[in-house]
Amino acid sequence: MTDHTPRNPAPGNPRTTGATVATTTEPNGIAIRAKELTRTFGAFTAVDHISFQIHSGEVFGFLGANGAGKTTAIRMMIGLLAPTSGEATVAGFDVYRETDAIKSNIGYMSQRFSLYDDLSVAENIRLFGGIYDLTDQEIRERTHALLARLGIERVANTAVRSIPLGWKQKLAFSVALLHRPTIVFLDEPTSGVDPITRRQFWELIYEAAHRGTTAVVTTHYMDEAEYCDRVLVMVAGTIAAMGTPTELKRQFGADSIDEVFVRLARPAAAREAAAGGGVG
Amino acid sequence: MTDAVVVDHVVKRFDTTTALDGVSCTVGTGELFGFIGPDGAGKTTLFRILATLLVPDAGRTRVLGADPVADLWALRQRIGYMPGRFSLYADLSVEENLRFFASVFGTTIAREYDRIAPIYTQLEPFRQRRAEALSGGMKQKLALCCALVHRPDILLLDEPTTGVDAVSRRDFWDLLAQLKAAGLTIVVSTPYMDEATRCDRVALIQRGKILVIDTPAAITASFGRPLYAVRAAERYRALDMLREFPETHSVYPFGETLHYADRRAGVAPGQVEHELAAFLETRGVAGVSVAPTSATIEDSFMERMGAPEGEGESDQAMDAA
Repeated sequence: MTDHTPRNPAPGNPRTTGATVATTTEPNGIAIRAKELTRTFGAFTAVDHISFQIHSGEVFGFLGANGAGKTTAIRMMIGLLAPTSGEATVAGFDVYRETDAIKSNIGYMSQRFSLYDDLSVAENIRLFGGIYDLTDQEIRERTHALLARLGIERVANTAVRSIPLGWKQKLAFSVALLHRPTIVFLDEPTSGVDPITRRQFWELIYEAAHRGTTAVVTTHYMDEAEYCDRVLVMVAGTIAAMGTPTELKRQFGADSIDEVFVRLARPAAAREAAAGGGVG
Repeated sequence: MTDAVVVDHVVKRFDTTTALDGVSCTVGTGELFGFIGPDGAGKTTLFRILATLLVPDAGRTRVLGADPVADLWALRQRIGYMPGRFSLYADLSVEENLRFFASVFGTTIAREYDRIAPIYTQLEPFRQRRAEALSGGMKQKLALCCALVHRPDILLLDEPTTGVDAVSRRDFWDLLAQLKAAGLTIVVSTPYMDEATRCDRVALIQRGKILVIDTPAAITASFGRPLYAVRAAERYRALDMLREFPETHSVYPFGETLHYADRRAGVAPGQVEHELAAFLETRGVAGVSVAPTSATIEDSFMERMGAPEGEGESDQAMDAA
């Protein structure tokens, strides 16, 4: 049990009930640790002995082309898919045995689906608060704080489909943090929004990271990768490179992560094309 | 040289939303022209109008000298249109899709082979594969092939690189460069600002209005203020503090750095760097470095766009929604 994070669930909080260990962060500040993590589907090895550590409060980019194993790796980390072999802990919980505890200690925001379009802003917040076992009072308080923070009080009763896309994305992010998870997974969080909204969104992520929340960003848009503290590039199920964007650019003598990525992924893409066009 | 596309004060409304709010531009014959803007800017609406699929509420358009409303049947023979959403037949093979689109235009793959060869040769190894089983990049290549098979004089490509990985994205732009070299006029849209540099000229578009039309180099050169890249160990704190700095025109995250624009004109070289570093260091921010940097298309877009979506004109935006 660690005490240095304010988001540690109180004893008796429903979301930790049944968890074998009520810890949300390891004492050494590691949010996610994976060792030789592997997943096969029949004869196909989607994730091939990957090892890495993500620190608490880090904005970590998980990069890869479609079919590189990124989605499989993430699905194992969020407790949706059991690994074939290897070890991993997420927020201190084991990915084989403690998947329920993992799910209640992480947040997830997908670019495609996060909120219910025909529910109002407030109804969406209440729904997700309920799913995460927050009390009515917690939901009321957090709804109020969330709307005030985003400056969108006056659309509380507006259907989500009618609010601008940029607001929707910020709302989706805040809803993903509603139950105060220690780790939040973001899938292509800023694709398609205008550049100012996009930066406001990164500021929300940085602010959350500054308060100690770990953000794992999966994307195949390399300019999103430039905003991460560290990135990991997956190619053909393995980790082809890992480091800060500056380190990777220096290592590959490239001007951008896009260029780094193309250099790493090009040979695999060519092999895949020769073999029949890939799967993704 | 005649203009391949003329758009003159075009307006298009859907219910209470104004998708295009008086858009004007011209595209020269043989030009590779890009519409760059976020989702909801009006790109798709404009492409549908040019492709004869939508009728504008007001304004005038000409494509290859013809009127997309009055001359739609003649014009369709001469336009290659690739919609934003994958619109081929998922359960037909690569070859069947291509043969179908060729037959619709009364031609055959064999007759048009030289035109599509640069792309089709990459698809031929799996011509028996169903379209749905192709990778994202391959799907886009097939769609491009189908848009080219009737030898159009102009290509209208609506967000062809959305949802495509970085390697395929580059390959796709390389193909467009080849097609342009062969003389085709290409109009393309994208939400990815970094793709602007692959175009001859671009129109930056937001909320149904064009912000600027020019070459990418001219747009970035007209940024108008000295811009600095600031690095700091704690990026978020540095950002917060620079907002308080008295000479700040704008400061925002830009990749690993912060982009800072100073509001003063004619400061001595080195002065801003020195002042910013001192300002941050006296407030306990470590690892600060400041260096001049060049504006990108994204910086220029932000400088010109004004308030982001839902802000500033938010009441109006909400009424429209």
